[in-house]
Amino acid sequence: MRVRAQMSMLFHLDKCIGCHTCSVACKNLWTDRAGAEYMWWNNVETRPGTGYPTGWEDQDHYKGGWRRDDKGRLHLTLQNKPTGIARLFFNPALPQLDDYYEPFTFRYGDLFSAPAGEQQPTARPISMVTGDEMEIAGGPNWDDDLGGSQVYARNDPSLDGIDPDVRSQLEEIERVVFNYLPRICNHCLNPACVAACPSGAIYKRAEDGIVLVNENKCRAWRMCVAACPYKKVYYNWSTGKSEKCILCFPRMETGQAPACAHSCVGRIRYMGVLLYDQDLITAAAGAPETELLRAQLDAILDPWDERVVTAANAAGIDDGWIAAARRSPAWRFVKEWGLALPLHPEYRTVAMMFYIPPLSPVVATIERNLTKLDLPAERVDFELFDELDKARLPIRYLANLFSAGDEDVIRAVLRKMLAVRIYKRRQSVDGVVDDATVALLASAGTTPQEAEDIYRLTTLPTVEERFVMPPYHREMSIEAVNDPLRHKGAAGVGYVTPPRRGA
Amino acid sequence: MNGNEMLFVAFPYAAFVIAVVVSILRWRRHPFTVSALSSQLLENRRLFWGSVSFHWGITVILVGHLLALLVPSGFELWNGAPVRLYLLEATGFALGLWALFGVVVLLARRFMVRRVQAVTTPMDIVVLVLILVQVVTGLWIALGYRWGSFWGTAVFVPYVRSLITLSPRPELVEALPIVLKTHVLAFFAFLAVFPFTRLVHIITVPLGYLTRPWQKVIRNRPEPAVYHPAADRTLERVP
Ligand code: SF4
Ligand code: SF4
Repeated sequence: MRVRAQMSMLFHLDKCIGCHTCSVACKNLWTDRAGAEYMWWNNVETRPGTGYPTGWEDQDHYKGGWRRDDKGRLHLTLQNKPTGIARLFFNPALPQLDDYYEPFTFRYGDLFSAPAGEQQPTARPISMVTGDEMEIAGGPNWDDDLGGSQVYARNDPSLDGIDPDVRSQLEEIERVVFNYLPRICNHCLNPACVAACPSGAIYKRAEDGIVLVNENKCRAWRMCVAACPYKKVYYNWSTGKSEKCILCFPRMETGQAPACAHSCVGRIRYMGVLLYDQDLITAAAGAPETELLRAQLDAILDPWDERVVTAANAAGIDDGWIAAARRSPAWRFVKEWGLALPLHPEYRTVAMMFYIPPLSPVVATIERNLTKLDLPAERVDFELFDELDKARLPIRYLANLFSAGDEDVIRAVLRKMLAVRIYKRRQSVDGVVDDATVALLASAGTTPQEAEDIYRLTTLPTVEERFVMPPYHREMSIEAVNDPLRHKGAAGVGYVTPPRRGA
Repeated sequence: MNGNEMLFVAFPYAAFVIAVVVSILRWRRHPFTVSALSSQLLENRRLFWGSVSFHWGITVILVGHLLALLVPSGFELWNGAPVRLYLLEATGFALGLWALFGVVVLLARRFMVRRVQAVTTPMDIVVLVLILVQVVTGLWIALGYRWGSFWGTAVFVPYVRSLITLSPRPELVEALPIVLKTHVLAFFAFLAVFPFTRLVHIITVPLGYLTRPWQKVIRNRPEPAVYHPAADRTLERVP
């Protein structure tokens, strides 16, 4: 066992209101620059939908992630090493700017400088690449709230395998259902971006698992962009360097949560340490499809286990981190409660950001797949609990997103969440928890005590409970390579030289 | 120093020194600026025809030139039979045409595609035009002064070797026709602008990729002594 630590973010999808505050916080902080306008290191997409860049989950087209061969070995879908070199001149799987969108602004100056005339002056949209006037044809959330749309939602690859009847119903106005999916880089344990980079410019930090591009080593070969199945490396067309989410490491090193998490209006995001065994990464990435999730969870270690603590100490993880790992909301949701899942585990990058899947909007009851409202109030909750498969958001859909198609995993998660909800409703609305509800908790694999804990961390956490930041001891790392007195003047974020395009 | 010596002795040495010194300085002091500056994100289709044709064509031809320089005797042996000479020349010419097609597409793309225009610097044009001159004169020589792979080993190889051994003999190329001289001079010009342009990406060709482990993990903090990362091929230490 060789222990490493990972900073993990959790997204409680039931709470996301799709406000895009996270995206804007990130944009203002990191990507408000020439060449980066089109990048959304954090984006929020409406699902079912095609997301951003359009249709990113279509790996037949984009060639992201890893595939497992018959012998159980892993290969990048994009390339092997010789083809990686051979395609330096042209990378057939590279998304085009139009797969994202052409970044635009408006010529606001016209509002002031237009000569007097009959009409109100307008600010015309112009391209932020060419400066020319343009027709806006897309954006990072162009299909916002368009659940059920024929153009976007229908083309969601994660709808595969859903009964055609149910699929067509999803497009009916009465059945339209959608949820939001905020996405950042997953800071994977087996990152395809790192593996695809011919220059070796991308690396994973051992102490917190953040995956970073060394901008000084990046040479614009842009293999990472294609290889990342989540399309979370972006190519800066101005500087000729690839860029990606940095999990706000400068903030984390000073004890603050990443900006997207910190600004989250729905308070859906949690941050915490997960300890994992680096010897199990290969097993986690290379497991057969049905075992993938289990194998990944197995690689995540119990911070309360003394053997783990000893091994962690031996690997240089100090007690501050162990303490943070024990209080980590990521640990609780992912392992203790088993409520959080990685996005698309079948990409085999072993994504380390986790999602608590959304409960469908509370349907009253179900009849022939449509809702019916004439049940007695006491039955309403139980009805959905027993008939999860008829929930408005098909289980199959969530399984395609979060469990490599394993519906039982999703069912277990949703039942537990529903049980907690029913339990708390009985408690706060009726004032008593009847035997049927306690039995229901048990059948969902939980207890009243655990239900209270889940409830508490879901709905009422303080900011310190949501973001359990470990002590980074940045000063020690700096001292290891730099004279602190000399470093003093250079502290802070910023380039020594501005990031200008080379000739 | 007469004009010939200026052009064929001073210039090549100056170009070479500039290429080496400035490349090293740029690499060390401004690593951020070293990039192939791909514009594939902005334009895909023309780049495919231009970039693939150009790069493969020119790379193979360059390797051919290099081989001629290193093992001229091999070329002489090969060309001993006329059929093989024709084959070599025809292949070279075809590759040249392929590269020419590529450069022309790339150059046209720089002017015709608005998005590409937006990221085009004057140096991009300088580089492409220089390469165009190289390719065109090369093809011209192949046509007008037949069997260059045959006489080239006798004319150019001694000249270049004289430069390398620091006993330059510019008189070897003095009497050559203007096209041949241009071809040679354009190469030295190419060397001279090399470190100031995106051409620096040539020396960054990431062949190390073929042998490195897939994953790369870096530690910021020194690890404790009990821990032995040497056992793990995926670990790489920072100095
Ligand atoms: S999600 Fe992040 S770490 Fe994973 S492959 Fe993509 S860019 Fe790399
Ligand atoms: S800020 Fe929070 S609630 Fe708003 S879209 Fe982002 S993740 Fe969802």
